[in-house]
Amino acid sequence: MRPALAVTGFLLKRLLFAAGTLLAVSLAVFAATEILPGDVAGAVLGQSATPEALAALRASMHLDLPASVRYLHWLGGMVTGDVGHSLVNNRPVSELIGSRLPNSLLLAGAATAFCVPIGLLLGICSAMRPTSVFDRVTSVATLSIVAVPEFFIGTLAVLVFAVNLRWFPALTLSPRIDSVEGFFRSMTLPVLSLSGIIIAQIMRMTRAALLDVLRRPYVEMARLKGVVGARLVLFYALPNALGPIANALALSLSHLLGGAIIIETIFNFPGLAKLLVDAVSTRDMPLVQACTMLFCLAYLILGTLADIAGMLANPRLRAS
Amino acid sequence: MRPLVEVSGLHIAAVDGRGAQTPIVKDVSFDIAPGEVLALIGQSGSGKTTIALSLMGYARDGTRITGGSVKLDGTELRGLPARALQQLHGRDVAYVPQSAAASFNPSRRLMPQVIESAVVHGLMTRREAEAKAIALFAELALPDPANVGNRYPHQVSGGQLQRLIAAMALLTSPRLVIFDEPTTALDVTTQIGVLRAFKRVVREHGVTALYVSHDLAVVAQIADRILVLNQGEMQEIGEAERLISAPSHAYTRSLMAAARPPERNERPAAEERKPLLQVSALTAGYGRIGTNGMPLIPVLHDISFTVPAGHTLGIVGESGSGKSTLARVIAGLLPQAKGTVTLDGATLPPSLARRTRDQLRQIQFVHQMADTALNPSHTVAEILGRPLTFFGGLRGRARDRAVAELLDMVRLPAAVMHQRPASLSGGQKQRANLARALAARPRLLLCDEVTSALDSVVGAAVLKLLAELQSELGLSYVFISHDISTVRAICDQVMVLYAGQMMERGVRRVLSSTPRHPYSDLLVNSVPELRTGWLDEIEPAFGLESEVTTTFPNARACAFFPRCSVHIPGRCERDTPPIQHLSKGADIRCHRSENELRALAGTAVAAEV
Repeated sequence: MRPALAVTGFLLKRLLFAAGTLLAVSLAVFAATEILPGDVAGAVLGQSATPEALAALRASMHLDLPASVRYLHWLGGMVTGDVGHSLVNNRPVSELIGSRLPNSLLLAGAATAFCVPIGLLLGICSAMRPTSVFDRVTSVATLSIVAVPEFFIGTLAVLVFAVNLRWFPALTLSPRIDSVEGFFRSMTLPVLSLSGIIIAQIMRMTRAALLDVLRRPYVEMARLKGVVGARLVLFYALPNALGPIANALALSLSHLLGGAIIIETIFNFPGLAKLLVDAVSTRDMPLVQACTMLFCLAYLILGTLADIAGMLANPRLRAS
Repeated sequence: MRPLVEVSGLHIAAVDGRGAQTPIVKDVSFDIAPGEVLALIGQSGSGKTTIALSLMGYARDGTRITGGSVKLDGTELRGLPARALQQLHGRDVAYVPQSAAASFNPSRRLMPQVIESAVVHGLMTRREAEAKAIALFAELALPDPANVGNRYPHQVSGGQLQRLIAAMALLTSPRLVIFDEPTTALDVTTQIGVLRAFKRVVREHGVTALYVSHDLAVVAQIADRILVLNQGEMQEIGEAERLISAPSHAYTRSLMAAARPPERNERPAAEERKPLLQVSALTAGYGRIGTNGMPLIPVLHDISFTVPAGHTLGIVGESGSGKSTLARVIAGLLPQAKGTVTLDGATLPPSLARRTRDQLRQIQFVHQMADTALNPSHTVAEILGRPLTFFGGLRGRARDRAVAELLDMVRLPAAVMHQRPASLSGGQKQRANLARALAARPRLLLCDEVTSALDSVVGAAVLKLLAELQSELGLSYVFISHDISTVRAICDQVMVLYAGQMMERGVRRVLSSTPRHPYSDLLVNSVPELRTGWLDEIEPAFGLESEVTTTFPNARACAFFPRCSVHIPGRCERDTPPIQHLSKGADIRCHRSENELRALAGTAVAAEV
């Protein structure tokens, strides 16, 4: 199977590229954390700590070693699967992340399941009838949603649905998956607040990609053959717009894991983004680094999946 | 018998966002009888395609049918609801577009696209439609008719795609087929086979057709009647035979004159002048250069020629023959793998980056597409001003004066100085493009298909301008074109390229006199003649196989032998052909001797003029 071979070769190249990217990101993150003022010793012991106590704590955390040595030590740990220990509460980083990752994945998954079909559908419908009333209304609506900050939407949602109507709880201390009702009660508000921007992004990118394809001569040719409606979208427009749409999806969805910080804060949602922000404020570098690497990895995976989807949709790339 | 198509008093206008109307088609009326082929002839912007599409009740975005009537078999198409039009499209009226390559969906296989109209309209089952399509593929002389439909569009050549899209149109046996410049984008050698295939099916199936083209010679081969359009208005309509032999309208005559520009006068022989450009043993290509000194994808092989000061060398060949690559090597855009390029005795560094500013100044490139070569967000003054400052150090008032002089030189009004390229016509854009090259005060211009995107009348004017500039400024040109008549009109010397190899080289008249290299023969005889019946006279085998092959089992083989009608079995595919001198003054790369070629010339092509 030549297509399978082509995809395998492509994947190998992408894996190498991903490894390089991760290395570069790890360096950048390490450098950035070095530049941050203060350190974990100061954060743990507080302002009244004596210099001797600080120095002793630093020595016990190996913070007195040169940066390059600490970086290599940490990198070696990452490669062998040991992501390190949190400096603040001395628990393994993997354990901390492990407790939060399912929550974040649940939020991201629910938001994806909700946003992708709606965004695609709206994008397709408005591309099919550009400058129609429907197109203009969705265009204005999505632009407005993108322009409104997430914290405003989130706070408004809490005010209306939790405080006034009392349909949903205002906080999601632990997302529930034991019952359908519990799931919806705990997830609806975070997902809704998160989805505005995601749907708007997917819709606008889908619309732009489809409009670009719908202007091509082969679409006019198809119309002149008597092909209209769903057939035109499914056989002509979508396959040729799949590459750009998949990339737009990857970009939007990669925002869900690490970029949900505001929503996680508003709803007190125990996710990864909140873990990262807490780690930054306590200068818990191993945790910061691990979280960042995880987000980077998620982004790389999504991007690669999008490229593979775009490749499979294009017979020219599939063969070469 | 009632005409199948009745168009009367048709008006079509372009409508902009604010509702303002600009007429594109003005008061056009014609009929097409069943089984008749009517040709619409005119330059771009004459409204040909707009009229053709109106026969499908279709107006492109931004255009609207504003008056008159379009009837198909008595049914008025204007104001027909969308549902009824959709029923009509692909079933009663089918469309063959100019670029089949752009009109096939790149992500679907060919067969489902070819049979789609029959399936959408419920005329046949999928299996019946596929069987009929395969039969049509065979009729249209497509190789491997049974399997070609399983390919994707990019796996098939341009000429084959054009046949496939014709099969798509004919599949439902529509009452009217619209051919919109279906061979314009093809090489002459490919065009001939496609044209013949079209003509055969049109004849055998009794197809009623509207054939849109800018090329009178092509239309003369296939149309029963011809309608001449200019700027949306009818100039003349009549029987093809009569219109070609005795055009009554002045515009038709100017169209005919421009189609075959006159050859320029003979000038002093090349030997008397010092060579300005000398290219020797040039080998170039794309990709990494291997241990044997050859690039990964070699394009040019061992090319040598000289261009005397003040002279023009024409380079002809089909697409893919390496013409543009040669210009890129001379300009320094693509460093060669082997060989040298010398300008006025000094060897030029292969790479652009290592040439001095003065070397860069002396060689300028004029691109085919002025549209993409000129920065759309700069005014003409800025476009011309840049090279004036860069090469000449001119600024302020002096620069403005130089811009005005340049515009005057290319016969453009000084007022265009403040306009942007988008507001210029195609011919004006190409003149501005030429002025940009002249701003550097070059000695050699590399003209890459500079008139190919222009209409014949506009293109002929640009050719005339090039000749005038040459005598005024003493410029030398390397003039690349796929069009033999253009090359004949402007060049002093010609070189015929095939698959990156020089096939024939000599003064211009070597193309008009026999014996020629078999490939030159093929090129010259593929150009349609401006008379009816030419296509029927040429040999059926002529021009059938027209795919350029560049991979051979033997690297020393003659590149042309797979298509050569007079190749010597056992020799041409094995040994490198020698370069030999013919008594007419040409060098050719061929195993056949002059006498053999002379004896064979008659057998290769029936219609030799």
